[in-house]
Amino acid sequence: MSKQRTVTFNHNPLLRHGLPAWRPRAVMLGLMACSLALIGRAMYLQGVNNEFLQAKGESRYARVLEVPATRGRVTDRHGDMLAVSTPVRSIWAIPTDVNLTPPDARKLAGLLEMDVQELNRRLAAGRDFVYLKRQVSPESAQQIADLKLAGVHQQQEYRRYYPGGEVMAHVLGFTGVDDKGQEGVELAFDGTLAGKAGARRVIRDRRGQIIEDVEAIRAPRDGQDLALSIDAKIQYLAYSALRQAMQTHKAKAGASVVLDARTGEVLALVNAPTYNPNNRSNLSGAQLRNRVLTDVYEPGSIMKPFIVGLALDRGKVQPGTIIDTSPGRMTIGRATISDSHRNGALTVAQVIQKSSNIGTVKVAMHFSPDEMWRLYDDLGFGKPLNLGFPGEAGGRLRPAKTWKPIEQATMSYGHGVSVSLIQMAHAYLAFARDGELVPLSLTRLDAPPVGGKRIFSAATAREMRGMLELASGPGGTAPKAQVAGYRVAGKTGTAIKLEGAHYTNKYVSSYVGLAPASDPRLIVAVMIDEPSAGQYYGGAVAAPVFAQITEGALRALGVAPDAPLVPLQLAQKQGAVVPARENM
Amino acid sequence: MIRTDAFLVAVAVASALGVVASQHQARKLFSELEREQTRAHGLEVEWDQLQLEQSTWAAHARVEKIARERIGMRAPVPGQVFSIEGVK
Repeated sequence: MSKQRTVTFNHNPLLRHGLPAWRPRAVMLGLMACSLALIGRAMYLQGVNNEFLQAKGESRYARVLEVPATRGRVTDRHGDMLAVSTPVRSIWAIPTDVNLTPPDARKLAGLLEMDVQELNRRLAAGRDFVYLKRQVSPESAQQIADLKLAGVHQQQEYRRYYPGGEVMAHVLGFTGVDDKGQEGVELAFDGTLAGKAGARRVIRDRRGQIIEDVEAIRAPRDGQDLALSIDAKIQYLAYSALRQAMQTHKAKAGASVVLDARTGEVLALVNAPTYNPNNRSNLSGAQLRNRVLTDVYEPGSIMKPFIVGLALDRGKVQPGTIIDTSPGRMTIGRATISDSHRNGALTVAQVIQKSSNIGTVKVAMHFSPDEMWRLYDDLGFGKPLNLGFPGEAGGRLRPAKTWKPIEQATMSYGHGVSVSLIQMAHAYLAFARDGELVPLSLTRLDAPPVGGKRIFSAATAREMRGMLELASGPGGTAPKAQVAGYRVAGKTGTAIKLEGAHYTNKYVSSYVGLAPASDPRLIVAVMIDEPSAGQYYGGAVAAPVFAQITEGALRALGVAPDAPLVPLQLAQKQGAVVPARENM
Repeated sequence: MIRTDAFLVAVAVASALGVVASQHQARKLFSELEREQTRAHGLEVEWDQLQLEQSTWAAHARVEKIARERIGMRAPVPGQVFSIEGVK
């Protein structure tokens, strides 16, 4: 009995009654299938689909950090800073986490330069996230961080500074809060200037210190620096001359552009009214407007030299050819055009000097509308210059087929066609560069452009410079354009403004000139919109601005005087001339 | 036999310690590099700010104002300008 009670498993009497043979095998198979499934799963996780778990594991210690890139600097042609990004911090808070004691609140408010009530009002706003102040200087941000206040956080941002202020405003434009270009050069060259933030993966220890650089995912690409063709000194000269003229003539607006005649670089580009790009809280459209590039106007008489140049070039007239302009009026179709003074018989040179409409029209009548259209098209009128500037205007030049005779006549002296000031200055390059036209550049060129588009022969360009010099001499329309020590050549323009389809009694006075006339270095174009202090002729309003800019710019560039020394000494006796000009 | 084993164990231990030491070294050097890079960036920012400051102080408008008002300078009238010939 007792023997039977102590049976081992093998001798279990239950087993003696033979279990069916498939049962242990089935169990065995089942167990094996289970373990195979586990092994398979383990292999799958380890070998085949391991990214997910590895990523999970890595996220415990690895971090991807953004590596900020800075926006490129903008400098003038000599390397003076015009726009720089510097890091600033924005202070933000989670109001529910903030629990300020009154002394802390006072300190924080002091550092943020706001009063305590304002601070409390911001913190009381029922939001999860409030900016306490954006773009705080790094020093005060550090002091705020040292207060170690719960719920007050900081984030790094960049702010763009423009040391040139309002002088450079229209050239540079500005960037938005997110450091992207919105206007001017900042927008036009945004692709070059903007940096691209990089990223890298690092391993951090428990205290948040980086202990290992695992890989650089993307290297940060800092924005490239940009050297403009602008000369800060000439720009300032142009700005102050223009501002002065605006005040004296109570003008609505004004603009000026200075070009380097040898390279086609833009040395200065100013507009008035202007604005301070560092403080843009209340800007108006009029202040933002870049009149040099985006506004077109009827240029008036400054257009005359082109058609006369073409006539000289084709041999239709000589500088000494006599043209009868009497009786000072002329009828074409049903319209009548007239000169402001009766001039009688004039030579071609005098037509330019006295700015005779009738004389110019008679010269233009040598050409078909098609020939004239081709000249204007070659000079770049009617299409934008493609400087890459936002909102650049092309002006209006209708196809030659639609021109009526009276329109061809008025277009020869700059009415019925519209251009921007920079297009006008650009077209005058043809006279300054012995007949060749080169594209303009807003960035500094390392080498002067070779081979331009030939518009006139070198001889014609020289003859025309001579005529333009007469125009700015005694007996011309703009003796006030003269600059002591240098010979200047240029042309005045006084255009009546077109509003809707009617001419008004408002004027645009302009002057485009080149200096020194013997070997031009500069082209200076000035436009004064609606001078309303009595004078409105280009020779009285715009020419003195030209003289002031040219005088300073030639001195700044160190150009040797080309006027003979004798008049320089004579000028001593006429000392009163210059102060008088400054008062205009 | 035992001697070779002992030798191999010693080599293995030494190499393991070497790995630990060099890893530590690498981390230390890396955090130093990190510090220097931060410093370099900081200096670059400072350079920018100094240039900004310089161009603010040297702005033409400010220079002209000081020259005119404080030092009493003015642009020469034409009669006061003399050219020296033969100098290029």
